[in-house]
Amino acid sequence: MSTTIKVNGQDLPLGGASVHTTTLDWLRDRGLTGAKEGCAEGECGACSVLVARPGIDSPTEWTAINACLVPVAALDGQEIVTSEGLGTSSELHPVQRELAVRGGSQCGFCTPGFVCSMAAEYYRPTRTASAEEDCEHGPNGFDLHSLSGNLCRCTGYRPIRDAAYALGDPDGDDTFAARQSSPPPPPAPTRLTVNGAEFVRPEQLDDVLELIAECPEAKVVAGSTDTGVEVNLRGVRPSLVVAVDRLPELREFSIDDEQVRIGAALTLTEVERLLAGRVPLLEQLFPQFASRLIRNGATIGGNLGTGSPIGDTPPALLALDASLVLASRRGERTVALADYFTGYRETLKAPDELIRAVLIPLPLAPLTAFHKIAKRRFDDISSVAVGYALDVVDGVVREARIGLGGVAATPIRARATEQALVGRPWTERTVREAAAVMATEGTPLDDHRASASYRSAMLGQSLLRFHAQQLHVEGVSA
Amino acid sequence: MSQLSERPVEAVVGLPLPHESAALHVTGEALYTDDLVVRTRDVLHAWPVQSPYAHARIVDLQVKPAYDVPGVVRVLTSDDVPGVNDAGVKHDEPLFPDAEVMFHGHAICWVLGETLEAARLGAEAVQVEYEPLPSLVSVREAIAAGNFQGTGRHLERGDVETALTTAAHVFQGEFEFAGQEHFYLETHVALALVDEGGQIFVQSSSQHPSETQEIVAHVLGVASHAVTVQCLRMGGGFGGKEMQPHGFAAIAALGATLTGRPVRLRLNRTQDVTMSGKRHGFHSQWRAGFDDDGRLVALEATLTADGGWSLDLSEPVLARAMCHIDNAYWIPNVRVDGRIAKTNKTSQTAFRGFGGPQGMLVIENVLGRCAPLLGYDAMELRRRNLYQPGHTTPYGQPVRHAERLEACWSEVVRGGEVERRQAEIEQFNAIHPNTKRGLAMTPVKFGISFNLTAFNQAGALVHVYKDGSVLINHGGTEMGQGLHTKMLQVAATTLGVPLERVRLAPTRTDKVPNTSATAASSGADLNGAAIKNACEQIRERLAQVAGSRLGLHAHDVRFADGMVRGLQGGSLSWDDVVLAAYFQRVQLWAAGFYRTEGLHWDANAMQGEPFKYFAYGVAAAEVEVDGFTGAYTLRRVDIVHDVGDSLSPLIDLGQIEGGFVQGTGWLTLEDLRWDESDGPHRGRLATQAASTYKLPSFSEMPQVFNVHLLDKAHEDGAVYGSKAVGEPPLMLAFSVREALRQAAAAFGPVGTSVDLPSPATPEAVYWALDEARSAAPVPSSFSLSGV
Repeated sequence: MSTTIKVNGQDLPLGGASVHTTTLDWLRDRGLTGAKEGCAEGECGACSVLVARPGIDSPTEWTAINACLVPVAALDGQEIVTSEGLGTSSELHPVQRELAVRGGSQCGFCTPGFVCSMAAEYYRPTRTASAEEDCEHGPNGFDLHSLSGNLCRCTGYRPIRDAAYALGDPDGDDTFAARQSSPPPPPAPTRLTVNGAEFVRPEQLDDVLELIAECPEAKVVAGSTDTGVEVNLRGVRPSLVVAVDRLPELREFSIDDEQVRIGAALTLTEVERLLAGRVPLLEQLFPQFASRLIRNGATIGGNLGTGSPIGDTPPALLALDASLVLASRRGERTVALADYFTGYRETLKAPDELIRAVLIPLPLAPLTAFHKIAKRRFDDISSVAVGYALDVVDGVVREARIGLGGVAATPIRARATEQALVGRPWTERTVREAAAVMATEGTPLDDHRASASYRSAMLGQSLLRFHAQQLHVEGVSA
Repeated sequence: MSQLSERPVEAVVGLPLPHESAALHVTGEALYTDDLVVRTRDVLHAWPVQSPYAHARIVDLQVKPAYDVPGVVRVLTSDDVPGVNDAGVKHDEPLFPDAEVMFHGHAICWVLGETLEAARLGAEAVQVEYEPLPSLVSVREAIAAGNFQGTGRHLERGDVETALTTAAHVFQGEFEFAGQEHFYLETHVALALVDEGGQIFVQSSSQHPSETQEIVAHVLGVASHAVTVQCLRMGGGFGGKEMQPHGFAAIAALGATLTGRPVRLRLNRTQDVTMSGKRHGFHSQWRAGFDDDGRLVALEATLTADGGWSLDLSEPVLARAMCHIDNAYWIPNVRVDGRIAKTNKTSQTAFRGFGGPQGMLVIENVLGRCAPLLGYDAMELRRRNLYQPGHTTPYGQPVRHAERLEACWSEVVRGGEVERRQAEIEQFNAIHPNTKRGLAMTPVKFGISFNLTAFNQAGALVHVYKDGSVLINHGGTEMGQGLHTKMLQVAATTLGVPLERVRLAPTRTDKVPNTSATAASSGADLNGAAIKNACEQIRERLAQVAGSRLGLHAHDVRFADGMVRGLQGGSLSWDDVVLAAYFQRVQLWAAGFYRTEGLHWDANAMQGEPFKYFAYGVAAAEVEVDGFTGAYTLRRVDIVHDVGDSLSPLIDLGQIEGGFVQGTGWLTLEDLRWDESDGPHRGRLATQAASTYKLPSFSEMPQVFNVHLLDKAHEDGAVYGSKAVGEPPLMLAFSVREALRQAAAAFGPVGTSVDLPSPATPEAVYWALDEARSAAPVPSSFSLSGV
């Protein structure tokens, strides 16, 4: 059992950390104070660091994560690079140099986090220069979404963007680039017990199922993007934490004629890269799901496991008619996602069960879209989210599935709206009538994100927009 | 050209340099206050016990149970205060409230623990018995209850009644708008210890170390000379660390004196947002009169600042709001009444602009609403009301350089291709029923100097060592605005040495005493002039030495680039002259001082010339609004801003861009939602985290962002001809709000006047455009028109 973490090339003992000590606090306690705490909930990115993770397009990928959310025990045996490790003030890393000379830092507090997020994108194996520049991509292929989880209160972002877009490719002798061509450290089987609390990383699924059957209060974590917030902001201190993010059984991915099977512990970034646009509805969802920093840790199973009514994958997966494979010591069963949510943060999943995989049946419906209504375009929580999957044949709606988030105690299907569409011509008139029905779906609430009336209005407007966009795609004037 | 503003030929000021700490920022080597904890032994950590009520009497406080928690070392309560139990200077802000809690989140006592976890658990164990009292949570409730604090103010010029009676068009309205959370990335933090000399030494993230020092001293009941406060740098301030750090520093210092151990008090984000003051929200009522040519003839307004539970800086904030209600417009007859509501919320405080943005928002809202009713394009209405040379402000100050408003305006129109784009937008809107664009231009005129004349002074300490290296200290603090970069440039310019010969040491109260806050955009003006003064004293002494060596009069030598050259030839190196001076027993260090000349202000009459000069700017913003959702994008922004002769153009550009985006956040996105219900959480701030209070992110950055500094903009009254830049650009963001208003109006018939709340969130814009869409093709009925 390994009890060290390689930080900036140096093995540091894990010693002294509690079960709930965050990676950020652990680093700072060791004098690596570059990474900062700005929010302690994975929203600001000031704590961003690089972790060597298994890659999809290279054996290792430097992956930026929120160090404030991940318990340091979860990185046992792993490799981390911080802003201090990328370069020094006398020998700046290319990312650091571009940011420094272009006025990319003012107060400098968010800067080490930006450096790490930007470095991850700098080293992304699939980043290639492209003539197709748009407002979210640079001529060097830099994807601005890679910085969507980093907040700066001083600069207004323009110089940071310019620094990102000015980056070239890593030099041939770049050691961080070279590191990506060999595999990352394997997951270390970890068992850390401090003051009666325990952190466990079992080696196989059966061990996990055994543990959660014995201790139903066990907190199962993958990216800790939800649990980390509970620990940091709400003082939650689970006595048993079980890490599942590296279990091979939970990281399977396959596509055949019948279905897409996505392992529950794949991160949203990995799912996006593995699907590579083959599920257009999800392709629309990914960039709107939290931030890249969060997607690098958050798993698709975790988003469903919390049972939250405002998670962003459920409306999309409901529209895709997805189902879940639930595993326990008793065996496995498959449940339709439409049946899975039973109440506010309550699901069919028994305390001894774990989500093993998400299944999406094929073929996909031809007309799909994902609409997210939020205050901010990057990294915000939905006021309302809508997933659409329609089949229109000869101008008539043959099948319609609409998933809704943010308008009830659970994610729901818009059954009444679906009925108002199916069997009717896909025309403005039908859509107007169905939109009126859709505006009455669910039981939305007033809160700080939106009023109930806005949420209802947005349901109806969403359908009108979906229809208008389809017309636009088909080249028919509105 | 004044002696102060004259710039030598080979000046280091004016060079576009990156931030002096940029290389430290990007590597994480730059140290902030909380980074010092790991370098300090035996530190105790502090955690507050916060009130769950907006207003309540403290019936009983039991701290004993906290001591049962392992690792708890001490609980600090009001009984522990040896001096004055007050976190401010107005004696209305008890550091430890011992009778009443005044807002949801108010800290009653603080627990010190060996670890943060121990302190947190200790705070959980403290038992408080409350008797809830009636509370006022919104400014409307306070107005209805007549609950005000501090001194109300009145500003008047001309005869408003007559002007409104005879005006061709009169409109009136009511407009309430929200405040703003600073959300500096670094939360409040202090690290206090008693040093080897028995002195209280406090590292504090403070924009105002001298006042932090004073308040620490009065809480501890010691003289100021027993306390030293240092601020290495701040991870953002924006005004939020002008008054608010003092109490936190005092608690850390009190803990350190009582336990003999260093005490670290660092708020987490939730604590920071729920405990510290914010930008004031305001309520305004107004009447405005126009003539037939669209010229403002009169404005009457009542401004009510939502001050929160104590005064803090609300009085000067209100004064600045009243002094900026004219923004950049000539209004012959003006009457403004101002007052401060007392509410059960955090004590609202300074925030970039300091009331100026709130005053200006009122007039920009008036113009934006009235333009369609007057039948004018809003752009034209604004332009024809701009100040012209010869005009004076309502408080009697001549608007010097008013022609720069027109210069900025026409430069934006030209460089921003405004006329072409207006035509394109008209075409776009005609063929897109579900998407509309809007393009608006707004000006800024912002008065530079502290309204209170006494604060307009600064000090500096400059040492030249025998080896020719230079160390500077000044009273200003670095919060990211690039002040230290500019100060290094000023010192290098005045002494005529290369930049790398000058080092700047952290701001400390034992180096330069009695400093003013680094605030009011005045940091570079005041401290730059003080540094220049100190450097000039040294340079003049060295000129004597060099002159005698070169056989010239001291007036005939010049210092540049590390050389001392005679006008008639001959030169010496800086290092040689310095060493020679030392051996001649010439003093190689100097204390510099500066006070801004020519200011006077009668705060009671609200008349005088409180400002040294005005900073000007104009912005054009283009937005696109989605009619289905109210969501919008900021397509393009063009700015021309007057920074005088820039001391440091890259720094100034950063201030303009950053201020603009921060202002855009205030006006469009950032949403402080207090629980105003009668439920159990009344008075609680619902948006108290980064997940609920959304700052601008990359997605809010203008897609095209062109910023230019106004040419030929020398300012005679400031150091090396420059102008202050920290605050004014924030107010250029009115252009975004007004563009949103116009885009929303484009969903309705021509002449639709749109009532747009602030912040103009997508939801707010949706309801506004939805109302416009359903409006009948006549002006809306909000006004009494054509009296």
